[in-house]
Amino acid sequence: MSTADRLPRLLALVPYLMSHPGAQVPEVAKIFGLSEKQLIDDLQLVWMCGLPGHTPGDLIDVSWDGGEIVIDNADTIARPLRLGVDEASALLVALRLLAEMPEFGERDALARVIAKFEQASGEGAAAVSSQVAVEVDAAPDALPSVNEALRRGRRLSLRYYVPGRDEITPREVDPMRLVVVDGRPYLSGWCYRAEAVRLFRLDRMLSVDVLDVPADPPADAVPDEVTPGVFRPSPTDELVELELTAAGRWVAEYYPCERVTELGEGRVRVALRARDQGWVVRLALRLGDTGRVISPASLDESVRAAATAALNRYESIF
Amino acid sequence: MSRRKTERLLNLVICLLATRRPLSAEHIRQAVPGYDADNDEAFQRMFERDKNELREIGIPIEVHKDPWEEDPGYRIVRQAYELPEITLEPDEAAVVGLAAQVWQRASLAEAASGALLKLRAGGVETDEAYGVLGGALELRVDTQDPAFPALWEAVRDRRAVRFAYRAAASQNVLTRTVEPWGVVSRRGRWYMVGHDRDRDAPRVFRLSRIGGAVTTVGRPGSVVVPEGVDIKSMVVYSDAAIRERTALVRVRQDTCQGLRQVAKAVRPVGDGWDELEVDFTDPGRLAGWIVGFAADAEVVGPPDARDAVICRLKGALA
Repeated sequence: MSTADRLPRLLALVPYLMSHPGAQVPEVAKIFGLSEKQLIDDLQLVWMCGLPGHTPGDLIDVSWDGGEIVIDNADTIARPLRLGVDEASALLVALRLLAEMPEFGERDALARVIAKFEQASGEGAAAVSSQVAVEVDAAPDALPSVNEALRRGRRLSLRYYVPGRDEITPREVDPMRLVVVDGRPYLSGWCYRAEAVRLFRLDRMLSVDVLDVPADPPADAVPDEVTPGVFRPSPTDELVELELTAAGRWVAEYYPCERVTELGEGRVRVALRARDQGWVVRLALRLGDTGRVISPASLDESVRAAATAALNRYESIF
Repeated sequence: MSRRKTERLLNLVICLLATRRPLSAEHIRQAVPGYDADNDEAFQRMFERDKNELREIGIPIEVHKDPWEEDPGYRIVRQAYELPEITLEPDEAAVVGLAAQVWQRASLAEAASGALLKLRAGGVETDEAYGVLGGALELRVDTQDPAFPALWEAVRDRRAVRFAYRAAASQNVLTRTVEPWGVVSRRGRWYMVGHDRDRDAPRVFRLSRIGGAVTTVGRPGSVVVPEGVDIKSMVVYSDAAIRERTALVRVRQDTCQGLRQVAKAVRPVGDGWDELEVDFTDPGRLAGWIVGFAADAEVVGPPDARDAVICRLKGALA
């Protein structure tokens, strides 16, 4: 937190201490994202402030003997400042997103919370939050089974489609978490085939069965960190350079690129990391005359070979 | 912000909250330590800046101008300042905890955690440990586009914006002036919906195609969102269209798994090949997908879909 945020912080800290008498220094520092030293410094500052007159009787009284914080004589700022438009909107947009979630189990609580916040935060935030929306994908067929497995702690048996390799593979997965990223649901779980934590898109599960086996992921397995971006190329993946025309620029929008160089007239050269050569060949074929593999040259040759083989089929039939 | 300034501002807030009747600037100068007692001009400047800073963090300062008083009076009305009493049941607190961790980027993530801090300071327990679905549900929304914060503010402040924009597949970057109605995230992409002043019509813009800075045009509050506008439905594009035509595609056995999944009929035709019926709308889009399977797939008909594939393959060889 920067120093510019200090006043808003103090205006929350004092009410927090008033409503939590006897709170401990380490615990409060953690909640406010401060070091213990910074917190003490805040307390010392507060202790210098108070009502006009500023006689000892007017000043806020704070002590932190033995790490236990006691505050007194701060009734004027005993309540926190109301939520700002951004603060209330950030929560309301997120709450409305939850309301869109198919199979969300806490609808009743959600409706109550939205009503409370709309009331507490005034018109501005209610208006903004109806103008910012996150669309949620239609419920994938797999969702009820995945939810059930998570709820009951059961292993799942999947048939899973990987478009990059055009492959359907059977997997046994111990579900750990349902993660909805930008409105699209993923299952994070221990995959016995990969012997690692993997992220599975629910709409790519072609079939899913809840097994009568308790989920038992290794104790040290940590759910995959899904931010930022679910598609994370590894630095060891091969770096591929493509040149795109204006009509092929969508590639730069869809895939994370390490470099994007404008070439004029809307043309662009991009460098991206690809785990799988087959994926790049597929992409280059799809691009047709709107994109070309520049390097590695061997990959461009594979694209040409694939295109020639495919064209031969069309020409041999008639 | 220096420590002395923070102290002065905190004392100013306490002073303005404690008073029942509005206080003149001169009165405040005497009551709050830290203001220049000798130089009137320096004091005026400092007081103006202080008031602005308090307003920026959402503190409502009321200005009274009585006809019989020469100088305006200032105070903070407690009811406008304080967070209203909110109580949350445990299930409601869990939902709020889930909503507060949705945002992944600085501006909104800070707004959400600021809101949470104020709630806690007001004695509301938002227990993140309880969680929904036993803590196994997580939602994440990324706002990675550089244009997002400026557009959020423009939507919030109801202000028109101007920016450089490259339409899909276009060779040119054009300046657009738009009255924003809202921003929508769909399948991981952010869109702005609004009235395009140059085209005098509603338009949808993808944030990733905005280049450079977004500037505001005109006064806050000047944009009127037409009643009954459904911003979400405006970004649903053609992939929701009815797939009204059927293509006949020959595919090698044990290949083209993705294509087989969407086929409405699959029949073997001998020699290790199957024939699929695949619904489509746009021959170009169908071709873009089919060419990726190279020599493992061949569109038999209709002729325009077949030609689209041939054209794409020749493009890749050009």
